[in-house]
Amino acid sequence: MRIVRNGLLAVALAVSGCSGNQSAMDPDGGPAIHIAHLIIGIVAVCGVAWVLVMVMLAAALLRGRGRTGREITNERSLMRAVIAAVAVTVVIVAALTVSSFFTTRGIGVPEPAAMTITVRGQQWWWQVMYADSGPNASFETANEIHIPVGRDVRLELQSADVIHSFWVPSLAGKQDLVPGRSNILLLRAEKPGIYRGQCAEFCGLQHGHMAVLVIAEAPADYERWAAGQRQTALLPSNPEALAGQAVFLGKPCAACHTIRGTSAHGKTGPDLTHIGSRLTLAAGLVETTRGSLAAWIADPQTVKPGNNMPTVALTGVELQQISTYMEGLK
Amino acid sequence: MNHTVVLDVADLPEHGLGSASQTYWGTLAFMLIEGTGFALSIVVYLYLMSLATQWPLGTAPPDLLAGTTLTALLIVSLVPNLFLARWARHQDLWKVRIGLIVMTVLGVAPLVLRAFEFPAMHIKWDQNAYGSIVWVMLGLHTTHIITNLVETAVLTALMFSRHGDSPRRYGDVSDNAMYWNFVVITWLPMYACLYWVPRL
Amino acid sequence: MTRHKEGDRRDTALNDAELQRCLTATWSTPAGLWGALSTVDHKIIGRRYITTAFVFLALGGVLSLLMRLQLAQPEARFIGPDRYNQIFTMHGTNMMFLFAVPVMQAMAIYLVPLMVGTRNIAFPRLNAFSYWMYLAGGLLLWVAFALDVGPDVGWFAYVPLSGPQYAAGKRADIWAQMITFTEVSALAVAVEIVVTVFKQRAPGMSLDRIPLFVWSMLVTSFLIILAMPAIMIASTALILDRLVGTHFFNPAEGGDVLLWQHLFWFFGHPEVYIIFLPAVGMVSTIVATFTRRPVFGYLGMVMALIATGILAFGLWVHHMFVAGLPRLGESFFTASSMAIAVPAGLQIFCWLATMWAGRPIFKTPFLFVIGFMVIFVIGGMTGVMVASVPFDTQVHDTYFVVAHFHYVLVGGAVFPLLGAIYYWFPKFTGRMMSETLGRWTFGLMFTGFNLTFFPMHILGLQGMPRRIYTYQPEMPWSGLNMFISLSAIILALGFLMFFVDAIRSARSGSAAPANPWGALTLEWATSSPPPAYNFMHLPVVSSLEPLADDPDILPVASGLRIDRRELLITSVVQAVPEARESSPGDSIWPLWAAAATSVTLIWSIFTPWAVVWGSIPVAIALIGWFWPKGVVEEDA
Repeated sequence: MRIVRNGLLAVALAVSGCSGNQSAMDPDGGPAIHIAHLIIGIVAVCGVAWVLVMVMLAAALLRGRGRTGREITNERSLMRAVIAAVAVTVVIVAALTVSSFFTTRGIGVPEPAAMTITVRGQQWWWQVMYADSGPNASFETANEIHIPVGRDVRLELQSADVIHSFWVPSLAGKQDLVPGRSNILLLRAEKPGIYRGQCAEFCGLQHGHMAVLVIAEAPADYERWAAGQRQTALLPSNPEALAGQAVFLGKPCAACHTIRGTSAHGKTGPDLTHIGSRLTLAAGLVETTRGSLAAWIADPQTVKPGNNMPTVALTGVELQQISTYMEGLK
Repeated sequence: MNHTVVLDVADLPEHGLGSASQTYWGTLAFMLIEGTGFALSIVVYLYLMSLATQWPLGTAPPDLLAGTTLTALLIVSLVPNLFLARWARHQDLWKVRIGLIVMTVLGVAPLVLRAFEFPAMHIKWDQNAYGSIVWVMLGLHTTHIITNLVETAVLTALMFSRHGDSPRRYGDVSDNAMYWNFVVITWLPMYACLYWVPRL
Repeated sequence: MTRHKEGDRRDTALNDAELQRCLTATWSTPAGLWGALSTVDHKIIGRRYITTAFVFLALGGVLSLLMRLQLAQPEARFIGPDRYNQIFTMHGTNMMFLFAVPVMQAMAIYLVPLMVGTRNIAFPRLNAFSYWMYLAGGLLLWVAFALDVGPDVGWFAYVPLSGPQYAAGKRADIWAQMITFTEVSALAVAVEIVVTVFKQRAPGMSLDRIPLFVWSMLVTSFLIILAMPAIMIASTALILDRLVGTHFFNPAEGGDVLLWQHLFWFFGHPEVYIIFLPAVGMVSTIVATFTRRPVFGYLGMVMALIATGILAFGLWVHHMFVAGLPRLGESFFTASSMAIAVPAGLQIFCWLATMWAGRPIFKTPFLFVIGFMVIFVIGGMTGVMVASVPFDTQVHDTYFVVAHFHYVLVGGAVFPLLGAIYYWFPKFTGRMMSETLGRWTFGLMFTGFNLTFFPMHILGLQGMPRRIYTYQPEMPWSGLNMFISLSAIILALGFLMFFVDAIRSARSGSAAPANPWGALTLEWATSSPPPAYNFMHLPVVSSLEPLADDPDILPVASGLRIDRRELLITSVVQAVPEARESSPGDSIWPLWAAAATSVTLIWSIFTPWAVVWGSIPVAIALIGWFWPKGVVEEDA
């Protein structure tokens, strides 16, 4: 048992290559670039102001050191200095307020006609719904959002349970997903790449493991990906995978998960139609491999304690079959 | 440090009355706390209303009879209350006793009417957010009537005891009367909010 | 009301020794357990409050070290997510509700009556009651934590995570009811402070002669009075949603999730100033004493306090910039949040002017003030940053904000508080704290604090969110987190040294004279520690710095009774004497009332009927409290 556990941990810890950058100071998206400029500007102004105050503090302390007896200071000139300093403060905060306002304006709001993706936060994963090209073309995925580079994308943010916050810092500032409300966030990647984000509003036990990847691709690549996602699930290509499908449909798995093209229509957990094509598993926790799939299915509560996936009793053979099947759902 | 006497206070009274009393200011401070609470409950009501597509949510506006009668009764009760405050200032023991008995009765009567107000809302607290806020507003105000009633009853008992005839007790009666004014006056915006806002 | 009542004894014709003996007999708390439980002496209760608050500080500090242990490495498994969520919730709740607010009020409970020259706080029994309520609330929270039912929904307890659907069990109810305990006690103390400052100031202490610390506590008390009802309403609504099925926060039935946030932050932002403004008063006091001159710009300082207090109510939405409110409204809150930098700046500049014109003496309390200036100004600057909506969308709920508010709260409040403890310790205990250990404490804390919290700004900008129990190894945060955790040890050593110094000095520090620092406010006009009656004669004041006029002679009033607890009531504006008023004697009833209230509140976590049945013992205790006992204090 301990060996299994350690092995699972090793899998859980050994994710590489698909992390993507996640930094407000490494912006590749329109809104994030605007904000990074503002951040640099405000930090510079405030930094200078802090240094000036510290110089005044040092000067004031050194000036009177060791002085004895009350010295008559010129209270009038002192008053003038204080008033001047307050006036400078007023000017600075007014300037910062205005620049902040113009940055907000510069980021703007997405056009209503822009491509819309609905993101629903769930404890502790992201449900991603594409519905932009007609009713038959809608499809669903999880924890991974593909967008075309250089185009405004309108994210409609909703929550299925508690408050979450969608934050991919290299692309845009964060926006909460509030139950009973729908919020809009403008996303726009200027360069192809993988951008990592994670939930920024405390949402319970696994708030720390609720990552999302935004994959920005050239429009042609994006279209190819979307076409693939619209397809129903691939038929299992070998006997082991076929057996895996039977296990999946025979066990409680199908009660929570959907695999389009099969009889699995559960709505509680993520849509698994193309899970094999996703880079990560369990909301950015581990890289999707047959091994990590097996580890996750065998004991989800060790990999991600407290998450809502129960442990389903499987034999070693069944586990191997089902993970082969999952891996093949490209 | 040596003390030099520069002021003789021997002739000052042994107890401050009115604005020279600590309890007067203490009562004002507690009224400020509770008034803020009442105001916030109205804000919550209006906030929930602003989000709703129809108001009241899923029910008819409350019946006016019980609430309006209660409001009228509360306003009428201000008259003996003002007399009571005056008699307390004049330290007239017998009139204060009578006034307190009247005010005790006038504290019970609104509770009877209040019992009819809850059903007049046509909604329970656990049906929707409208039900929740109206029950909490009524409950909050009822609590204030009850606490003031208990205080008035205890004061009445005190005024019939050997402790009664003291400037301190008359001060307590004045503060109690002031507090009743507060209970009545804070009800008026709540009444308008509960009964008339849904009819707008 | 005749001048010479039977048995009426005055302080006029007695020599000092006899007078002190009579006053001691009237005012002192009897020895023994009963005396300790029934005392209403503001100094004993104040000391108790301060000590209790520092115990909670130490406990909260231990929690933060546990968090740093867990976060030092990626995917560490020292603490699981469930316990971690309890720990950070406890840390925030404990530090805000059981340490920061109570400790500031505690300092005021001890100091304000002395600084305004009276013999006890207004409503001293309410004061005793407030302490017991505070203690009960603190015990409720910590016992729950020890039993693994500590709240785990964050100190802000956002719905629906804290609501009936997602927070099973009683953890969230314990949080909400702990709020009730601490708010009741905070509101009670606020009322006491307001009435003490309004009505019990020394004759002659007109509004423009009130010490700045007292001004700051007056403004703070009004902030408490106006802000705390919001959290009471919110936490009550939460308990009702959880217990009897109301729908305040349930969007499916017309409720709203953001209503909680509005109510919480309408309290929560003023809360920051409830903690910070007393610290401002402490800084002003220490600066004046250790630069040997009055604080520059008294009127400006008072106006800045009041302006901050008013603006504090117009900022709450800046905690909700990413919740999806209309952008135009948010811009207003950017402006108001930035505007608060103006009164804050004014105060900083006035202190700088004071230092410039004065003769600084670098004793430990003053070192903490200098540390405050360095750290708090950084916190103010980052405050301006998060006031900007776009800036905030990147740093909200990240370690940048963790850094920001620790710079504000630790730098802006704890540093002045520790300076204030070093400053007033001789008054509290009659003994000096060690100057050597004090310098070491300051050095360790200043270094440790900055090394711990400055890197968190960078972590936040690098994308590290708050309140995560661990992070994945591929994130570029491990190095800084390890560095922060190691630095936290330095900070912890600083606190440890402070506690060692305080405990050692309280037992065996060198004896303190009445006025060791040569300070000029009234608390130094009596012995250290002060006698039960504070002043042998009540002082009379004719300037802002009463002890500056003649260092050897204190002008006083005479003619008060000494056979009952008596003090002076003065007018609100000019402090003209209006009456000799009695001050209530010791009583056990506040303890019974607090016990009955505590049982009712804790019981009501489980059933609403507790409120009905519990109100009976509460009413009995209150009637017992207020029913006249025929003692001399009831003379009129």
